[in-house]
Amino acid sequence: MASASAATFGSLTIETPAHRDLVIEKLVLWHFLFSLTFLIVAMLAGWFFSLQLLQAYPFAGIEHLSPGRWRMIHTNGVAYGFIANAFLGALHWAIPRLTLQKVASKALSWFIFFAWQFVVLATVVGLIMGKAQAVEWGETPIFIDPLAIAGLILVAINFMTPILRSKGPMYVTLWYFIAGLVWTILVYAMGNYLPQFFVGGAASGALIGLFIHDLVGLFVTPLGWGLMYYFVPIILKKPIWSHGLSLVGFWGLAFFYPLNGIHHFLYSPIPMFLQYGAVISTIAVELVVTTVIINFFATIRHRGDMLRTNMPIRWFYIGMVFYFTTCLQCAMQVTLTFQKIIHFTDWVVGHSHLVMFGVFGFWIMGFMTHLFPRLLGAKGWYRAGWNEWHFWLMGISMLVMFFDLVFAGLVQGFMWRDLASWESTTVASGPFWFVRTLSGLGMLAGMGFFLANIAMTAVHRRTIEPTGQPAGESSGGATLATA
Amino acid sequence: MFESKAGIILIAGLFMFALAFVVMGLLPWLIYLDKPEQTMEDLVAGGVTAEFVDLAERFPAQFKEHFPDGVTRGSYASALERGRDIYVAEGCWHCHSQQVRPVSNEDLRFGPVSHAREYHNVLQRPVLFGTRRVGPDLIREAARRSNDWHVAHFFDPVLVSPTSVMPTYPWLYDDEDYPNRDGMSLIAYVQWLGSWLPEYPYFQGEGPMGPTERSGDEVALARESEGS
Repeated sequence: MASASAATFGSLTIETPAHRDLVIEKLVLWHFLFSLTFLIVAMLAGWFFSLQLLQAYPFAGIEHLSPGRWRMIHTNGVAYGFIANAFLGALHWAIPRLTLQKVASKALSWFIFFAWQFVVLATVVGLIMGKAQAVEWGETPIFIDPLAIAGLILVAINFMTPILRSKGPMYVTLWYFIAGLVWTILVYAMGNYLPQFFVGGAASGALIGLFIHDLVGLFVTPLGWGLMYYFVPIILKKPIWSHGLSLVGFWGLAFFYPLNGIHHFLYSPIPMFLQYGAVISTIAVELVVTTVIINFFATIRHRGDMLRTNMPIRWFYIGMVFYFTTCLQCAMQVTLTFQKIIHFTDWVVGHSHLVMFGVFGFWIMGFMTHLFPRLLGAKGWYRAGWNEWHFWLMGISMLVMFFDLVFAGLVQGFMWRDLASWESTTVASGPFWFVRTLSGLGMLAGMGFFLANIAMTAVHRRTIEPTGQPAGESSGGATLATA
Repeated sequence: MFESKAGIILIAGLFMFALAFVVMGLLPWLIYLDKPEQTMEDLVAGGVTAEFVDLAERFPAQFKEHFPDGVTRGSYASALERGRDIYVAEGCWHCHSQQVRPVSNEDLRFGPVSHAREYHNVLQRPVLFGTRRVGPDLIREAARRSNDWHVAHFFDPVLVSPTSVMPTYPWLYDDEDYPNRDGMSLIAYVQWLGSWLPEYPYFQGEGPMGPTERSGDEVALARESEGS
């Protein structure tokens, strides 16, 4: 392989360094492996917690296995272990290939890798030892927060360097990445410090709402969409349908999304006019989301067969359907009418599972399915059929869990309003909780197929024949398709 | 500007974030700025709750061991702080909210609707509004149930509430199954929630309507007979 080649566009000639000089594939692989490890830990934590709701928790009475503590490992593990690792891996793939520049420092990349695993493990240990901070989804113990923030700053430096060095117009993906990298630091620092050290009471509720929401909206969402704008056109081998809609989507998100925070505490003692503001901007987000969704579905037009033949595309687009569903749901549930009934119920739990797992989890599964064979040095997956099992078990379980929890929420909300005794509402929730536990089992089984496939692909990497699915893009040239 | 590096860093990354922070975070902060946050001294200035005294009388030897000063404002303050730490560490706040909303008959079930002034204190930093109710709201819990009930409940909730899905917390008890310092602190904290209201105490079944003591059928019957 040549160390570099050149591509000519009219009068413009761009040096295209070889893929192996740009991407630290081993690092991507290790981020993905740790991502999946933390996902399994988080899923098991969530699943065992669901047994508590059935009065069947197997480790009852053991302090360090208390379901209340492991629930926090479920949510924090997903955010900081699973999603952050998966995104760091994918950014290490996408950013050097898009910018044709290396990250700031290979040594820094590896340092961040180890430091971040330390942050996540320290969080897990801290939560088990009972050192949680009272910020939902930011329960990371207070003494770990400075480390996490230092880590996020290093991540931003490492990735912003190649982006700032790149020449010419920036592709949409990079808009999302730049903004996401800046936002994540700010969000984390704001949520973990201000309500803890500077202000309490209702005002801290507003800040915590802002934090919960911005962690989804300003960390996970921009990086997730950035990766979609990167992987979807490459795999479909056609450009995004409308550059104008991409602009609307990005700037609409940047403007409206951060304004949503207080919608987590409607009818709370936070001033009502601020609650109205949050409701209106939340509904506005739905309009923005619609433009993005239209853009992506117009992009896949005439290539709908790829949903059948290409696993990553199927994960991506089903994730987008779920994204539209959650956002549509959000535009309704955020209204005060819905809030009367569904706030505090399992409806919201169903919503958050559909967002974090049905959307971002599915996108991560998509690009992992796309990249793993290549990262393992194989020409394809060991068993294409196992990938189908993975997808269908995940997809069906996700839908079952979502509808189950939405209906559970309605039952709970109306029973509460009708002043049924608390005990009777718990009893009425029982069957829903049982179905939720089953759906969790389906997800774990789906992950089992995926992990087995990865392991077998690694073992048989030299003998696997291409299955017709792309195991990764060809080096160099593919980058230009999006430049 | 809208596609340039500087534009995205400055406008989207910093300005949009700052705008939302000002509107959604700083504004409520400023609104309450003239209402000073109550310190622990302020909170215990009015004395201790009857429930804290009751703990000392019920478990004299253990209480003396955990709170050598006896029933003082100082030991009450330390119990409240520690109780809140336990409440946070064990994730109580993930399944119990601490706010009564003005809708969905919550005032009938739990008590008076929450007011912002109730949260201006160090024990609500960060605030424990909560986002999910697997169990009932707790902001009006003070004296709703006896210390005895709580001692049994934290040990194994189904002992007193057979359909409860709450976990057991045996590590809040000593070798002889008396509540240890953490256990007593948590009970003192839960019994503090709402004790600042003039309507306090709500003894069991003597709340606004005592709805937790009535089954759904009974409420439905009562509604029918009222012709509503």
